[in-house]
Amino acid sequence: MNISLCELRCGDAATVKRICAGGCATRRLYEMGFNTGAKIKVIKNDFGPVIVSLFGNKVAVGRGLAQKIMVDG
Amino acid sequence: MRTIALVGNPNSGKTTLFNALTGSNQHVGNWPGVTVEKKEGKLNFKGKEYNIVDLPGTYSLGAFSEDEVIARDFILSGNPDVIIDVVDANNIERNLYLTTQLLEMGKKVVIALNMMDEAERKNIQFDIGKLSKKLGIPVIPTIASKGIGIEDIMQASIDMIYGDIGTGSPLQYNEIINHHIEYIENVLKDEKLPYPIRWTALKIVENDEEVLQKLEESDISDDSMRNIEDFFKYHSSENFELEIIDSRYAFAHRVTEGAVKRPQEESTTLTDRIDRIVTNKYLGVPIFAIIMFVVFQLTFEIGEEILGEAAVSLIENLGGLIQVFLIAIKAPNWFISFIIDGAINGVGAVIEFVPLITILYLLLGFLEDSGYMARAAYVWDNLMRRLGLQGRAFVSMIIGFGCNVPGIMSTRTLDNKKDRMITTLINPFMSCGAKLPIYSVFIAAFFPNHGGLILFSLYTLGIMIALIMAKVFSKTLFKGESSYLIMELPPYRMPTIKNVLRNMWDNIYGFLKRAGTTVFAVVTLVWVLAVLPASAEPYGQFTILGRMGTFLAPILMPAGFGNWQASVALFAGLPAKEAVVGTLGLLYAGEYAEEGSLLINSIQQHFTSLTALSYMVMTLLYTPCAAVLGTIKKETGSIKWTVFMALYTFAIGWIVAVMVFQIGSLLGFN
Ligand SMILES: Nc1nc2c(ncn2[C@@H]2O[C@H](COP(=O)(O)OP(=O)(O)O)[C@@H](O)[C@H]2O)c(=O)[nH]1
Repeated sequence: MNISLCELRCGDAATVKRICAGGCATRRLYEMGFNTGAKIKVIKNDFGPVIVSLFGNKVAVGRGLAQKIMVDG
Repeated sequence: MRTIALVGNPNSGKTTLFNALTGSNQHVGNWPGVTVEKKEGKLNFKGKEYNIVDLPGTYSLGAFSEDEVIARDFILSGNPDVIIDVVDANNIERNLYLTTQLLEMGKKVVIALNMMDEAERKNIQFDIGKLSKKLGIPVIPTIASKGIGIEDIMQASIDMIYGDIGTGSPLQYNEIINHHIEYIENVLKDEKLPYPIRWTALKIVENDEEVLQKLEESDISDDSMRNIEDFFKYHSSENFELEIIDSRYAFAHRVTEGAVKRPQEESTTLTDRIDRIVTNKYLGVPIFAIIMFVVFQLTFEIGEEILGEAAVSLIENLGGLIQVFLIAIKAPNWFISFIIDGAINGVGAVIEFVPLITILYLLLGFLEDSGYMARAAYVWDNLMRRLGLQGRAFVSMIIGFGCNVPGIMSTRTLDNKKDRMITTLINPFMSCGAKLPIYSVFIAAFFPNHGGLILFSLYTLGIMIALIMAKVFSKTLFKGESSYLIMELPPYRMPTIKNVLRNMWDNIYGFLKRAGTTVFAVVTLVWVLAVLPASAEPYGQFTILGRMGTFLAPILMPAGFGNWQASVALFAGLPAKEAVVGTLGLLYAGEYAEEGSLLINSIQQHFTSLTALSYMVMTLLYTPCAAVLGTIKKETGSIKWTVFMALYTFAIGWIVAVMVFQIGSLLGFN
């Protein structure tokens, strides 16, 4: 089952499946490493942007955008 | 002379490496036609001189932002002899993404695998030989901040320049993509192209707008253009660009597989612990406020009270000596007046503030290098979103505290037009370093015991007005979606002394240069207008300047500071804000001083605490200096917006200053 990145909790790990944002944002996410199959771990998800760990570095993603990143649950 | 270009992701240590390579032998200019900074330096290595060009730090070489286009144009058309690709060893995969794009361009590339000390601390292990073999290019471990590996990277670069390498890229895409690239290559094979053919074909499949536009502008045959258009029509539903990005990452993974070993469990780092506090839901914003308060308090305490006094007496003593000397050699009276009133009291009044801005730039540079800025953007994202912007816009605002010009230039990293325009338009409300002398003079005259607090309140007022205007603009002039935050949070790092000092020096140099050129020119002009016609009493109301000021003063009367000197000084500040203090220094110079600073004494006579406050508010908010307006013109490419900027900021400044004075008067302050 695919769920959005927003639904993950702090400490959860997942794999990116699909991004359904607009062209520019999707491309930017891909280039930052959120491409298909990327393994991520949620570091912080309470208010504001979601912070995930990606290849060992932290990236903050705005909530609205995080909703459009589908990951395996 | 051979040219070496530096590329790399933001925060990979590129600036540090550039400083380590070039030392003090560097200069900053602009790339032709745009306001993006171009840093170049010279390096002498083994008896030969090399030109080092620092390209903008980017995650990719697409056509996403101006930075990316500049970096890629230089790589393709500037013909660097070799490229040093600075790769952060801590997240090598993401950094190698950029490397794959360099390889696609068929350029000579050497990798500086930087931050090796941090990677080692995290127990990440590298098989350098294997990495290098898989990539087909040299990989040199470096620790730029300690100067380790600098010789090696230079040696490898030079070997590369004179060596033979195949230009074939080891990168493979999937079969369908390969097929399309070959098809386009075939279409273009007889054309004269601005870029290498294989790369052009790849970019076309990637739907790169910039390249497509360049092609249309070049004299490529209509047939080929039609073929390309047909290709897009036929494949309109497919997303090759994402597949290509996937292949690049797949390649990066293949390269690191077996060559980079990460520990299974990542341990909690100091960065994680700090982040837990500074990004906390409730603590984030207060912590930001405290940090900024400390910055201004320190600036004021150290800059003004300790170093400032020394600078003031130095300038005044110097002025006295020069006056004695000029009288002794029987210099004409007008000349003495010009030197003492104009140059010493005018320009000197500005120079006195070098210690103050030195501290400010030192602290801001420290903050910027430490990695905290990204956290500030994070904690402000929520609020900024409600105002129709995103958190990264806030970073541009903080950079504006140093100077609005780089503040506005940094909006280039924002992805959409609306965000960029709004962030640009509100940046001048972020009080820049050049306004600091104005506040300090008034604070010294009226609020000597509350300097830090007054400064902090002014800056806070600036932020608040900026945020309100952001909301107004996003509701009226610029409707529509704002872009989302996507931002790396780099680990906290102790800034190197060298980087911070370098940054500070660049800023002070700019300040001194302005004092010697623009401010000097303005002060000279003001002096001439203030002593003519000869029949009027110099610096009096009946000089040309006095008449101009008397004409302008009524406009500012509702704000309480209707004396003509104050009005003239505001307008003299339009070329450069330092000139406000310079002009006040010159105009009040004709007055007597009992003891202490002449300027401060005069100000005490011409202002009250309340009008001092409204004057500071006015200088905080009103029309930005010429350099900022020039930058806005260049960045927006529009005279209309530039004029709008000049006028609406004046209106806002006037309204708020009037409010301060009128409400203050009603409440019985004076
Ligand atoms: N530990 C460590 N820190 C480094 C190294 N190189 C640079 N830094 C630090 O990393 C931060 C970012 O470096 P900077 O050169 O500004 O990165 P840029 O954004 O790529 O120009 C600074 O605080 C540097 O002092 C390194 O090799 N090791």
